[in-house]
Amino acid sequence: MEFFFQLMVQGLSVGFLYALAALGFVMIFKSSSVLNFAHGELLAIGAFIFLVFSVRLNLPIPIAFIFTLAGTFALGFIIERLFLRPLIGEALIEVIMLTVGLAAMFKGLLLVIFGGNLFNYPDFLPKGLTIQWGAVVIQPVYVASFIIGIIFLSVFGFFFKYSSQGIYMRSVADNQPAALSLGVHVRRVFALSWAIASLVCALSGIILGIMNGINVHDISVMGLKVFPVVILGGLESIGGAIIGGLIIGLLETFTGGYVSTSLKEVIPFVVLVFILLVKPYGLFGLVEIERV
Amino acid sequence: MEDNLLLQINNISVVYSDVIQVLKGVSLEVKKGQIVSLLGSNGAGKTTTLKAISGLLKPENGKVTEGSIIYQGRPIHNSAPEEITRLGIIQVHEGRQPFKYLTVEENLRVGTATRWGKPYKKDLELVYHYFQPLVARKNRLAGYCSGGELQMLVMGRALMAQPKLLLLDEPSLGLAPFLVREIFEIIKRINEEQGTTIMLVEQNANMALQIAHYGYVMENGKIVMEDEAVKLRENPDVKEFYLGTATSGALKSYKDVKAYKRRKRWL
Repeated sequence: MEFFFQLMVQGLSVGFLYALAALGFVMIFKSSSVLNFAHGELLAIGAFIFLVFSVRLNLPIPIAFIFTLAGTFALGFIIERLFLRPLIGEALIEVIMLTVGLAAMFKGLLLVIFGGNLFNYPDFLPKGLTIQWGAVVIQPVYVASFIIGIIFLSVFGFFFKYSSQGIYMRSVADNQPAALSLGVHVRRVFALSWAIASLVCALSGIILGIMNGINVHDISVMGLKVFPVVILGGLESIGGAIIGGLIIGLLETFTGGYVSTSLKEVIPFVVLVFILLVKPYGLFGLVEIERV
Repeated sequence: MEDNLLLQINNISVVYSDVIQVLKGVSLEVKKGQIVSLLGSNGAGKTTTLKAISGLLKPENGKVTEGSIIYQGRPIHNSAPEEITRLGIIQVHEGRQPFKYLTVEENLRVGTATRWGKPYKKDLELVYHYFQPLVARKNRLAGYCSGGELQMLVMGRALMAQPKLLLLDEPSLGLAPFLVREIFEIIKRINEEQGTTIMLVEQNANMALQIAHYGYVMENGKIVMEDEAVKLRENPDVKEFYLGTATSGALKSYKDVKAYKRRKRWL
Protein backbone atom coordinates (compact mmCIF):
# COMPACT_ATOMS: atom_id res chain seq x y z
CA MET A 1 0.00 0.00 0.00
CA GLU A 2 2.81 2.37 0.85
CA PHE A 3 4.40 1.65 -2.47
CA PHE A 4 1.10 2.50 -4.15
CA PHE A 5 0.91 5.89 -2.41
CA GLN A 6 4.49 6.60 -3.19
CA LEU A 7 3.85 5.94 -6.86
CA MET A 8 0.63 7.89 -6.90
CA VAL A 9 2.09 11.07 -5.43
CA GLN A 10 5.11 10.77 -7.64
CA GLY A 11 2.88 10.19 -10.66
CA LEU A 12 0.75 13.21 -9.86
CA SER A 13 3.74 15.49 -9.57
CA VAL A 14 5.24 14.19 -12.81
CA GLY A 15 1.77 14.72 -14.24
CA PHE A 16 1.77 18.38 -13.22
CA LEU A 17 5.16 18.73 -14.83
CA TYR A 18 3.82 17.31 -18.10
CA ALA A 19 0.74 19.50 -17.82
CA LEU A 20 2.92 22.57 -17.46
CA ALA A 21 5.03 21.59 -20.45
CA ALA A 22 1.87 20.86 -22.44
CA LEU A 23 0.46 24.26 -21.51
CA GLY A 24 3.20 25.92 -23.53
CA PHE A 25 2.37 23.75 -26.50
CA VAL A 26 -1.37 24.38 -26.24
CA MET A 27 -0.82 28.16 -26.00
CA ILE A 28 0.85 28.34 -29.37
CA PHE A 29 -1.55 25.94 -31.01
CA LYS A 30 -4.57 27.72 -29.61
CA SER A 31 -3.66 31.18 -30.80
CA SER A 32 -2.06 30.39 -34.14
CA SER A 33 -2.80 26.71 -34.99
CA VAL A 34 0.93 26.04 -35.19
CA LEU A 35 2.29 22.74 -33.90
CA ASN A 36 5.55 23.67 -32.27
CA PHE A 37 8.11 20.97 -32.91
CA ALA A 38 10.80 23.00 -31.17
CA HIS A 39 9.01 22.44 -27.88
CA GLY A 40 11.56 20.09 -26.34
CA GLU A 41 14.36 22.47 -27.29
CA LEU A 42 12.57 25.31 -25.52
CA LEU A 43 12.54 23.12 -22.40
CA ALA A 44 16.26 22.55 -22.78
CA ILE A 45 17.01 26.23 -23.36
CA GLY A 46 15.13 27.14 -20.19
CA ALA A 47 17.04 24.54 -18.19
CA PHE A 48 20.40 25.74 -19.52
CA ILE A 49 19.68 29.42 -18.98
CA PHE A 50 18.93 28.62 -15.35
CA LEU A 51 22.15 26.63 -15.22
CA VAL A 52 24.12 29.61 -16.48
CA PHE A 53 22.56 32.01 -13.99
CA SER A 54 22.70 29.72 -10.97
CA VAL A 55 25.98 27.84 -11.46
CA ARG A 56 28.19 29.70 -13.90
CA LEU A 57 27.28 33.21 -12.69
CA ASN A 58 26.67 32.01 -9.14
CA LEU A 59 23.61 34.20 -8.57
CA PRO A 60 21.33 33.49 -5.61
CA ILE A 61 18.70 30.93 -6.62
CA PRO A 62 15.57 33.14 -6.43
CA ILE A 63 17.25 35.82 -8.53
CA ALA A 64 18.51 33.28 -11.03
CA PHE A 65 14.99 31.88 -11.22
CA ILE A 66 13.40 35.28 -11.90
CA PHE A 67 16.11 36.14 -14.45
CA THR A 68 15.49 32.86 -16.23
CA LEU A 69 11.77 33.47 -16.47
CA ALA A 70 12.27 37.03 -17.69
CA GLY A 71 14.93 35.89 -20.15
CA THR A 72 12.86 33.11 -21.67
CA PHE A 73 9.80 35.37 -21.84
CA ALA A 74 11.90 37.80 -23.88
CA LEU A 75 13.30 34.92 -25.92
CA GLY A 76 9.76 33.95 -26.93
CA PHE A 77 9.18 37.47 -28.23
CA ILE A 78 12.45 37.38 -30.13
CA ILE A 79 11.70 34.01 -31.73
CA GLU A 80 8.31 35.27 -32.87
CA ARG A 81 9.76 38.51 -34.18
CA LEU A 82 12.73 37.02 -36.04
CA PHE A 83 11.35 33.75 -37.38
CA LEU A 84 7.57 33.66 -37.29
CA ARG A 85 6.53 37.21 -38.12
CA PRO A 86 7.94 37.04 -41.67
CA LEU A 87 5.81 33.94 -42.28
CA ILE A 88 2.47 35.49 -41.35
CA GLY A 89 0.10 34.89 -44.22
CA GLU A 90 2.04 31.87 -45.51
CA ALA A 91 0.63 28.35 -45.45
CA LEU A 92 0.49 26.73 -42.05
CA ILE A 93 2.68 23.82 -43.09
CA GLU A 94 5.53 26.23 -43.82
CA VAL A 95 5.33 27.62 -40.32
CA ILE A 96 5.27 24.12 -38.85
CA MET A 97 8.31 23.14 -40.92
CA LEU A 98 10.01 26.27 -39.62
CA THR A 99 9.58 25.01 -36.06
CA VAL A 100 11.26 21.76 -37.11
CA GLY A 101 14.16 23.87 -38.35
CA LEU A 102 14.19 25.89 -35.15
CA ALA A 103 14.43 22.66 -33.17
CA ALA A 104 17.53 21.58 -35.07
CA MET A 105 19.08 25.00 -34.73
CA PHE A 106 18.49 25.34 -30.98
CA LYS A 107 19.72 21.86 -30.30
CA GLY A 108 22.85 22.51 -32.34
CA LEU A 109 23.52 25.79 -30.58
CA LEU A 110 23.13 24.20 -27.15
CA LEU A 111 25.49 21.38 -28.13
CA VAL A 112 28.07 23.85 -29.43
CA ILE A 113 27.91 25.94 -26.28
CA PHE A 114 27.48 23.30 -23.57
CA GLY A 115 28.42 20.01 -25.17
CA GLY A 116 26.52 16.77 -24.65
CA ASN A 117 27.52 16.20 -21.02
CA LEU A 118 25.27 15.80 -18.03
CA PHE A 119 25.11 18.83 -15.76
CA ASN A 120 23.57 19.24 -12.35
CA TYR A 121 22.10 22.12 -10.43
CA PRO A 122 23.35 22.64 -6.90
CA ASP A 123 21.07 21.02 -4.39
CA PHE A 124 19.06 24.09 -3.49
CA LEU A 125 15.59 22.82 -2.62
CA PRO A 126 15.04 23.03 1.14
CA LYS A 127 14.98 19.65 2.87
CA GLY A 128 11.83 20.81 4.66
CA LEU A 129 9.89 20.15 1.46
CA THR A 130 10.33 16.43 1.95
CA ILE A 131 7.07 14.75 2.87
CA GLN A 132 7.12 11.61 4.95
CA TRP A 133 4.27 9.37 6.01
CA GLY A 134 5.62 6.24 7.58
CA ALA A 135 7.63 4.56 4.89
CA VAL A 136 6.39 6.86 2.14
CA VAL A 137 9.00 9.48 1.32
CA ILE A 138 8.40 12.12 -1.31
CA GLN A 139 11.52 13.88 -2.56
CA PRO A 140 11.50 17.71 -2.42
CA VAL A 141 11.73 18.00 -6.20
CA TYR A 142 8.41 16.19 -6.62
CA VAL A 143 6.78 18.41 -4.04
CA ALA A 144 8.19 21.48 -5.78
CA SER A 145 6.92 20.23 -9.14
CA PHE A 146 3.49 19.76 -7.60
CA ILE A 147 3.41 23.25 -6.13
CA ILE A 148 4.83 25.07 -9.14
CA GLY A 149 2.50 23.13 -11.43
CA ILE A 150 -0.61 24.04 -9.48
CA ILE A 151 0.37 27.69 -9.10
CA PHE A 152 1.23 28.34 -12.72
CA LEU A 153 -1.59 26.30 -14.20
CA SER A 154 -4.16 28.18 -12.15
CA VAL A 155 -2.55 31.54 -12.89
CA PHE A 156 -2.74 30.88 -16.62
CA GLY A 157 -6.17 29.31 -16.33
CA PHE A 158 -7.51 32.48 -14.72
CA PHE A 159 -5.60 34.64 -17.17
CA PHE A 160 -7.34 33.03 -20.13
CA LYS A 161 -10.73 32.78 -18.56
CA TYR A 162 -11.12 36.24 -17.06
CA SER A 163 -8.49 38.77 -18.14
CA SER A 164 -9.14 40.94 -21.17
CA GLN A 165 -5.82 40.06 -22.76
CA GLY A 166 -6.60 36.37 -22.32
CA ILE A 167 -9.98 36.83 -23.97
CA TYR A 168 -8.35 38.65 -26.89
CA MET A 169 -5.96 35.72 -27.30
CA ARG A 170 -8.82 33.27 -27.38
CA SER A 171 -10.70 35.44 -29.86
CA VAL A 172 -7.77 35.31 -32.27
CA ALA A 173 -7.68 31.54 -31.99
CA ASP A 174 -11.41 31.40 -32.63
CA ASN A 175 -11.92 33.71 -35.60
CA GLN A 176 -8.97 35.73 -36.77
CA PRO A 177 -10.70 38.00 -39.33
CA ALA A 178 -13.35 38.97 -36.80
CA ALA A 179 -10.71 39.67 -34.16
CA LEU A 180 -8.87 41.84 -36.66
CA SER A 181 -12.02 43.81 -37.45
CA LEU A 182 -12.45 44.65 -33.78
CA GLY A 183 -8.92 45.96 -33.51
CA VAL A 184 -7.32 43.03 -31.69
CA HIS A 185 -3.59 43.33 -32.27
CA VAL A 186 -3.12 39.88 -33.81
CA ARG A 187 0.66 40.07 -34.16
CA ARG A 188 0.95 41.07 -30.52
CA VAL A 189 -1.20 38.11 -29.53
CA PHE A 190 1.08 35.73 -31.44
CA ALA A 191 4.15 37.26 -29.83
CA LEU A 192 2.63 37.02 -26.38
CA SER A 193 1.66 33.39 -26.86
CA TRP A 194 5.23 32.49 -27.86
CA ALA A 195 6.58 34.42 -24.90
CA ILE A 196 4.27 32.68 -22.43
CA ALA A 197 4.97 29.31 -24.03
CA SER A 198 8.69 29.79 -23.76
CA LEU A 199 8.33 30.86 -20.12
CA VAL A 200 6.34 27.79 -19.04
CA CYS A 201 8.75 25.62 -21.03
CA ALA A 202 11.60 27.06 -19.00
CA LEU A 203 9.74 26.29 -15.78
CA SER A 204 9.22 22.68 -16.72
CA GLY A 205 12.74 22.44 -18.11
CA ILE A 206 14.16 23.55 -14.77
CA ILE A 207 12.08 21.01 -12.84
CA LEU A 208 13.16 18.29 -15.26
CA GLY A 209 16.74 19.38 -14.79
CA ILE A 210 16.44 19.04 -11.03
CA MET A 211 14.85 15.58 -11.36
CA ASN A 212 17.10 13.99 -13.95
CA GLY A 213 20.03 16.32 -14.48
CA ILE A 214 20.51 18.50 -17.51
CA ASN A 215 21.49 17.02 -20.83
CA VAL A 216 20.59 18.49 -24.22
CA HIS A 217 19.38 15.18 -25.67
CA ASP A 218 17.45 13.96 -22.65
CA ILE A 219 15.53 17.16 -22.12
CA SER A 220 14.67 17.79 -25.74
CA VAL A 221 13.35 14.24 -26.07
CA MET A 222 10.97 15.14 -23.27
CA GLY A 223 9.35 17.47 -25.78
CA LEU A 224 7.92 14.35 -27.41
CA LYS A 225 6.08 13.58 -24.21
CA VAL A 226 3.79 16.54 -24.71
CA PHE A 227 2.29 14.92 -27.80
CA PRO A 228 0.41 12.14 -26.01
CA VAL A 229 -0.53 14.64 -23.31
CA VAL A 230 -2.03 17.25 -25.59
CA ILE A 231 -3.60 14.80 -27.99
CA LEU A 232 -5.15 12.96 -25.08
CA GLY A 233 -6.47 16.14 -23.49
CA GLY A 234 -7.47 17.84 -26.70
CA LEU A 235 -5.17 20.23 -28.53
CA GLU A 236 -7.06 23.41 -27.66
CA SER A 237 -7.88 22.88 -24.04
CA ILE A 238 -5.87 23.98 -21.03
CA GLY A 239 -8.04 21.90 -18.72
CA GLY A 240 -7.42 19.02 -21.10
CA ALA A 241 -3.67 19.56 -20.89
CA ILE A 242 -3.87 19.24 -17.11
CA ILE A 243 -5.99 16.09 -17.12
CA GLY A 244 -3.93 14.63 -19.98
CA GLY A 245 -0.72 15.41 -18.12
CA LEU A 246 -1.95 13.78 -14.92
CA ILE A 247 -3.17 10.66 -16.73
CA ILE A 248 0.10 10.19 -18.58
CA GLY A 249 2.13 10.95 -15.47
CA LEU A 250 0.23 8.41 -13.36
CA LEU A 251 0.27 5.77 -16.08
CA GLU A 252 3.98 6.13 -16.50
CA THR A 253 4.87 5.88 -12.85
CA PHE A 254 2.51 2.97 -12.19
CA THR A 255 3.77 1.06 -15.21
CA GLY A 256 7.32 1.80 -14.14
CA GLY A 257 6.61 0.71 -10.58
CA TYR A 258 4.46 -2.39 -11.07
CA VAL A 259 5.23 -3.70 -14.54
CA SER A 260 8.61 -2.77 -15.88
CA THR A 261 10.61 0.40 -16.35
CA SER A 262 11.20 -0.33 -20.01
CA LEU A 263 7.47 -0.40 -20.74
CA LYS A 264 7.09 2.97 -19.07
CA GLU A 265 7.76 4.93 -22.24
CA VAL A 266 5.41 2.88 -24.40
CA ILE A 267 2.26 2.55 -22.32
CA PRO A 268 1.16 6.20 -22.62
CA PHE A 269 1.12 5.87 -26.39
CA VAL A 270 -0.83 2.61 -26.27
CA VAL A 271 -3.46 4.17 -24.03
CA LEU A 272 -3.50 7.18 -26.30
CA VAL A 273 -4.48 5.02 -29.26
CA PHE A 274 -7.39 3.50 -27.33
CA ILE A 275 -8.70 6.80 -26.06
CA LEU A 276 -8.57 8.32 -29.52
CA LEU A 277 -10.61 5.40 -30.85
CA VAL A 278 -13.39 6.46 -28.51
CA LYS A 279 -12.91 10.24 -28.47
CA PRO A 280 -11.21 11.39 -31.69
CA TYR A 281 -10.98 15.05 -30.57
CA GLY A 282 -9.28 14.05 -27.33
CA LEU A 283 -10.97 14.09 -23.97
CA PHE A 284 -11.62 17.83 -23.89
CA GLY A 285 -10.88 18.90 -27.45
CA LEU A 286 -13.16 21.24 -29.30
CA VAL A 287 -15.91 19.43 -31.07
CA GLU A 288 -16.68 21.55 -34.10
CA ILE A 289 -19.85 23.53 -33.42
CA GLU A 290 -21.96 23.04 -36.52
CA ARG A 291 -24.99 25.19 -37.05
CA VAL A 292 -26.84 24.99 -40.29
CA MET B 1 -13.29 70.82 -46.76
CA GLU B 2 -16.57 70.92 -44.91
CA ASP B 3 -16.48 70.50 -41.17
CA ASN B 4 -19.11 67.82 -40.95
CA LEU B 5 -17.43 65.54 -43.45
CA LEU B 6 -16.25 62.39 -41.66
CA LEU B 7 -15.03 60.21 -44.49
CA GLN B 8 -14.11 60.96 -48.04
CA ILE B 9 -13.22 58.36 -50.63
CA ASN B 10 -11.58 59.80 -53.72
CA ASN B 11 -11.58 57.69 -56.84
CA ILE B 12 -10.12 54.50 -55.34
CA SER B 13 -9.20 51.38 -57.26
CA VAL B 14 -8.84 48.09 -55.42
CA VAL B 15 -6.95 45.13 -56.81
CA TYR B 16 -6.83 41.65 -55.27
CA SER B 17 -3.70 39.48 -55.70
CA ASP B 18 -2.26 42.12 -58.07
CA VAL B 19 -4.56 41.04 -60.91
CA ILE B 20 -8.24 41.07 -60.05
CA GLN B 21 -9.58 44.58 -60.17
CA VAL B 22 -12.73 44.94 -58.13
CA LEU B 23 -13.17 48.68 -57.61
CA LYS B 24 -12.67 50.98 -60.57
CA GLY B 25 -12.68 54.51 -59.30
CA VAL B 26 -15.16 54.72 -56.44
CA SER B 27 -15.78 58.09 -54.84
CA LEU B 28 -18.12 58.76 -51.99
CA GLU B 29 -18.58 60.92 -48.92
CA VAL B 30 -19.97 60.23 -45.50
CA LYS B 31 -21.18 63.11 -43.35
CA LYS B 32 -20.94 63.03 -39.59
CA GLY B 33 -24.01 61.67 -37.85
CA GLN B 34 -25.63 60.26 -40.97
CA ILE B 35 -26.62 56.80 -42.11
CA VAL B 36 -25.28 56.27 -45.60
CA SER B 37 -26.38 53.20 -47.41
CA LEU B 38 -24.56 51.46 -50.22
CA LEU B 39 -26.75 49.40 -52.54
CA GLY B 40 -25.95 47.14 -55.43
CA SER B 41 -26.18 43.60 -56.71
CA ASN B 42 -23.86 40.75 -55.71
CA GLY B 43 -20.29 41.29 -56.74
CA ALA B 44 -20.73 45.01 -57.29
CA GLY B 45 -17.92 45.77 -54.83
CA LYS B 46 -19.85 46.93 -51.78
CA THR B 47 -18.06 44.71 -49.30
CA THR B 48 -14.72 45.53 -50.90
CA THR B 49 -15.43 49.22 -50.42
CA LEU B 50 -16.07 48.63 -46.72
CA LYS B 51 -12.92 46.57 -46.38
CA ALA B 52 -10.90 49.26 -48.11
CA ILE B 53 -12.06 51.68 -45.44
CA SER B 54 -11.46 49.39 -42.47
CA GLY B 55 -8.09 48.16 -43.70
CA LEU B 56 -9.21 44.55 -43.83
CA LEU B 57 -8.19 44.19 -47.48
CA LYS B 58 -4.63 43.47 -46.50
CA PRO B 59 -5.12 40.03 -44.95
CA GLU B 60 -6.96 39.04 -48.14
CA ASN B 61 -4.13 40.18 -50.34
CA GLY B 62 -6.05 43.19 -51.63
CA LYS B 63 -4.69 46.70 -52.06
CA VAL B 64 -5.88 50.22 -52.74
CA THR B 65 -3.82 50.97 -55.83
CA GLU B 66 -5.13 54.42 -56.70
CA GLY B 67 -7.00 57.23 -55.07
CA SER B 68 -7.25 58.05 -51.40
CA ILE B 69 -9.42 57.53 -48.36
CA ILE B 70 -9.49 60.52 -46.04
CA TYR B 71 -10.92 60.09 -42.55
CA GLN B 72 -11.17 63.19 -40.39
CA GLY B 73 -8.65 64.91 -42.62
CA ARG B 74 -6.06 62.14 -42.51
CA PRO B 75 -5.31 59.56 -45.17
CA ILE B 76 -5.93 55.99 -43.99
CA HIS B 77 -5.91 53.93 -47.17
CA ASN B 78 -2.67 52.16 -46.42
CA SER B 79 -2.90 51.88 -42.63
CA ALA B 80 -3.08 48.58 -40.78
CA PRO B 81 -6.44 47.50 -39.36
CA GLU B 82 -5.10 47.89 -35.81
CA GLU B 83 -4.53 51.61 -36.43
CA ILE B 84 -7.77 52.19 -38.28
CA THR B 85 -9.89 50.56 -35.60
CA ARG B 86 -8.21 52.76 -33.02
CA LEU B 87 -9.37 55.81 -34.97
CA GLY B 88 -12.94 54.68 -34.37
CA ILE B 89 -13.80 52.81 -37.57
CA ILE B 90 -15.27 49.39 -36.82
CA GLN B 91 -16.54 46.99 -39.45
CA VAL B 92 -19.13 44.32 -38.80
CA HIS B 93 -18.51 41.45 -41.19
CA GLU B 94 -21.13 40.01 -43.47
CA GLY B 95 -22.64 36.71 -42.39
CA ARG B 96 -22.04 37.17 -38.66
CA GLN B 97 -18.65 36.11 -37.46
CA PRO B 98 -19.00 35.34 -33.77
CA PHE B 99 -16.24 33.82 -31.66
CA LYS B 100 -18.00 30.49 -31.41
CA TYR B 101 -16.15 29.12 -28.42
CA LEU B 102 -16.41 32.28 -26.35
CA THR B 103 -19.50 33.10 -24.33
CA VAL B 104 -21.73 35.97 -25.38
CA GLU B 105 -20.28 38.28 -22.76
CA GLU B 106 -16.70 37.32 -23.65
CA ASN B 107 -17.53 38.09 -27.28
CA LEU B 108 -18.66 41.53 -26.23
CA ARG B 109 -15.49 42.04 -24.20
CA VAL B 110 -13.35 41.48 -27.29
CA GLY B 111 -14.91 44.72 -28.51
CA THR B 112 -12.81 46.58 -25.95
CA ALA B 113 -9.57 45.62 -27.68
CA THR B 114 -9.06 49.12 -29.06
CA ARG B 115 -8.93 50.58 -25.58
CA TRP B 116 -7.47 47.77 -23.53
CA GLY B 117 -7.43 48.31 -19.79
CA LYS B 118 -10.14 50.98 -19.75
CA PRO B 119 -13.39 50.28 -17.84
CA TYR B 120 -16.11 48.74 -19.98
CA LYS B 121 -19.04 48.13 -17.60
CA LYS B 122 -21.00 51.11 -18.92
CA ASP B 123 -20.62 49.95 -22.51
CA LEU B 124 -21.77 46.49 -21.57
CA GLU B 125 -24.91 47.98 -20.03
CA LEU B 126 -25.46 50.09 -23.14
CA VAL B 127 -25.20 47.05 -25.40
CA TYR B 128 -27.60 45.06 -23.24
CA HIS B 129 -29.93 48.07 -23.30
CA TYR B 130 -30.09 48.02 -27.09
CA PHE B 131 -30.00 44.26 -27.49
CA GLN B 132 -32.21 42.96 -24.71
CA PRO B 133 -32.28 39.31 -25.84
CA LEU B 134 -28.53 39.04 -25.24
CA VAL B 135 -28.94 39.44 -21.47
CA ALA B 136 -30.48 36.01 -21.09
CA ARG B 137 -27.72 34.44 -23.22
CA LYS B 138 -24.80 36.11 -21.41
CA ASN B 139 -23.02 32.91 -20.39
CA ARG B 140 -23.87 30.71 -23.32
CA LEU B 141 -21.30 29.84 -25.99
CA ALA B 142 -21.92 32.05 -29.01
CA GLY B 143 -21.75 29.00 -31.27
CA TYR B 144 -25.06 27.83 -29.88
CA CYS B 145 -26.99 31.09 -30.34
CA SER B 146 -29.60 31.70 -33.02
CA GLY B 147 -28.99 33.79 -36.12
CA GLY B 148 -30.87 36.78 -34.79
CA GLU B 149 -29.02 36.67 -31.49
CA LEU B 150 -25.72 36.43 -33.34
CA GLN B 151 -26.50 39.47 -35.47
CA MET B 152 -27.24 41.40 -32.28
CA LEU B 153 -24.08 39.99 -30.74
CA VAL B 154 -21.74 41.09 -33.53
CA MET B 155 -23.34 44.53 -33.69
CA GLY B 156 -23.14 44.86 -29.91
CA ARG B 157 -19.51 43.76 -30.02
CA ALA B 158 -18.75 46.55 -32.48
CA LEU B 159 -20.65 49.02 -30.30
CA MET B 160 -18.38 48.07 -27.36
CA ALA B 161 -15.52 49.70 -29.27
CA GLN B 162 -17.33 53.06 -29.11
CA PRO B 163 -17.10 53.52 -32.87
CA LYS B 164 -17.34 56.89 -34.57
CA LEU B 165 -18.00 55.24 -37.90
CA LEU B 166 -19.72 51.87 -37.93
CA LEU B 167 -19.54 49.83 -41.14
CA LEU B 168 -22.36 47.31 -41.30
CA ASP B 169 -22.20 44.64 -43.96
CA GLU B 170 -25.62 43.14 -44.66
CA PRO B 171 -27.09 43.02 -41.17
CA SER B 172 -30.33 41.54 -42.53
CA LEU B 173 -28.72 38.50 -44.16
CA GLY B 174 -30.74 35.38 -43.51
CA LEU B 175 -33.03 36.85 -40.88
CA ALA B 176 -36.81 36.66 -40.63
CA PRO B 177 -38.60 39.82 -41.87
CA PHE B 178 -39.82 40.65 -38.39
CA LEU B 179 -36.31 40.48 -37.02
CA VAL B 180 -34.94 42.54 -39.90
CA ARG B 181 -37.34 45.31 -38.93
CA GLU B 182 -36.17 45.11 -35.32
CA ILE B 183 -32.48 45.20 -36.27
CA PHE B 184 -32.99 48.22 -38.50
CA GLU B 185 -34.96 49.93 -35.78
CA ILE B 186 -31.97 49.44 -33.46
CA ILE B 187 -29.52 50.71 -36.08
CA LYS B 188 -31.59 53.85 -36.40
CA ARG B 189 -31.72 54.32 -32.64
CA ILE B 190 -27.96 53.87 -32.28
CA ASN B 191 -27.44 56.49 -34.95
CA GLU B 192 -29.84 58.95 -33.33
CA GLU B 193 -29.04 58.37 -29.66
CA GLN B 194 -25.29 57.73 -29.81
CA GLY B 195 -24.57 59.96 -32.77
CA THR B 196 -22.69 57.11 -34.45
CA THR B 197 -22.18 57.59 -38.15
CA ILE B 198 -23.17 54.44 -39.98
CA MET B 199 -22.35 53.09 -43.39
CA LEU B 200 -24.76 50.38 -44.35
CA VAL B 201 -24.33 47.81 -47.10
CA GLU B 202 -27.57 46.06 -47.88
CA GLN B 203 -29.42 43.87 -50.32
CA ASN B 204 -32.66 44.79 -48.63
CA ALA B 205 -32.80 48.19 -50.35
CA ASN B 206 -36.28 48.92 -49.10
CA MET B 207 -35.33 48.76 -45.43
CA ALA B 208 -31.97 50.41 -45.99
CA LEU B 209 -33.46 53.44 -47.76
CA GLN B 210 -36.07 53.83 -45.07
CA ILE B 211 -33.54 54.53 -42.35
CA ALA B 212 -30.70 56.04 -44.42
CA HIS B 213 -30.16 59.74 -45.02
CA TYR B 214 -28.16 59.30 -48.17
CA GLY B 215 -27.63 56.45 -50.59
CA TYR B 216 -25.19 55.25 -53.24
CA VAL B 217 -25.84 52.61 -55.88
CA MET B 218 -22.91 50.49 -57.07
CA GLU B 219 -22.57 48.39 -60.21
CA ASN B 220 -19.46 46.61 -61.41
CA GLY B 221 -17.05 48.37 -59.11
CA LYS B 222 -18.37 51.85 -59.78
CA ILE B 223 -20.82 54.23 -58.21
CA VAL B 224 -23.59 54.69 -60.74
CA MET B 225 -26.05 56.78 -58.80
CA GLU B 226 -26.20 58.79 -55.60
CA ASP B 227 -28.84 60.92 -53.95
CA GLU B 228 -30.76 61.64 -50.79
CA ALA B 229 -32.38 58.43 -49.63
CA VAL B 230 -35.86 59.93 -50.02
CA LYS B 231 -35.19 60.80 -53.64
CA LEU B 232 -33.55 57.45 -54.39
CA ARG B 233 -36.68 55.71 -53.18
CA GLU B 234 -38.66 57.61 -55.80
CA ASN B 235 -36.20 57.01 -58.61
CA PRO B 236 -37.81 54.78 -61.27
CA ASP B 237 -34.66 52.71 -61.90
CA VAL B 238 -34.02 52.05 -58.25
CA LYS B 239 -37.69 51.20 -57.85
CA GLU B 240 -37.55 48.65 -60.60
CA PHE B 241 -34.19 47.02 -59.86
CA TYR B 242 -33.93 47.20 -56.11
CA LEU B 243 -37.32 47.86 -54.62
CA GLY B 244 -39.33 45.74 -57.04
CA THR B 245 -42.24 48.13 -56.88
CA ALA B 246 -42.16 49.72 -60.33
CA THR B 247 -44.65 47.54 -62.12
CA SER B 248 -47.94 48.92 -60.97
CA GLY B 249 -50.35 46.58 -62.65
CA ALA B 250 -49.57 46.33 -66.37
CA LEU B 251 -47.54 43.29 -67.46
CA LYS B 252 -44.26 44.14 -69.09
CA SER B 253 -42.91 42.63 -72.25
CA TYR B 254 -39.80 40.42 -72.15
CA LYS B 255 -37.85 43.17 -73.84
CA ASP B 256 -38.34 45.47 -70.89
CA VAL B 257 -37.57 42.81 -68.33
CA LYS B 258 -34.04 42.38 -69.67
CA ALA B 259 -32.81 44.57 -66.92
CA TYR B 260 -29.10 44.12 -67.57
CA LYS B 261 -29.42 45.86 -70.94
CA ARG B 262 -30.91 48.92 -69.39
CA ARG B 263 -28.44 48.98 -66.56
CA LYS B 264 -25.66 49.52 -69.09
CA ARG B 265 -27.06 53.00 -69.58
CA TRP B 266 -25.62 54.06 -66.27
CA LEU B 267 -22.06 53.11 -66.92
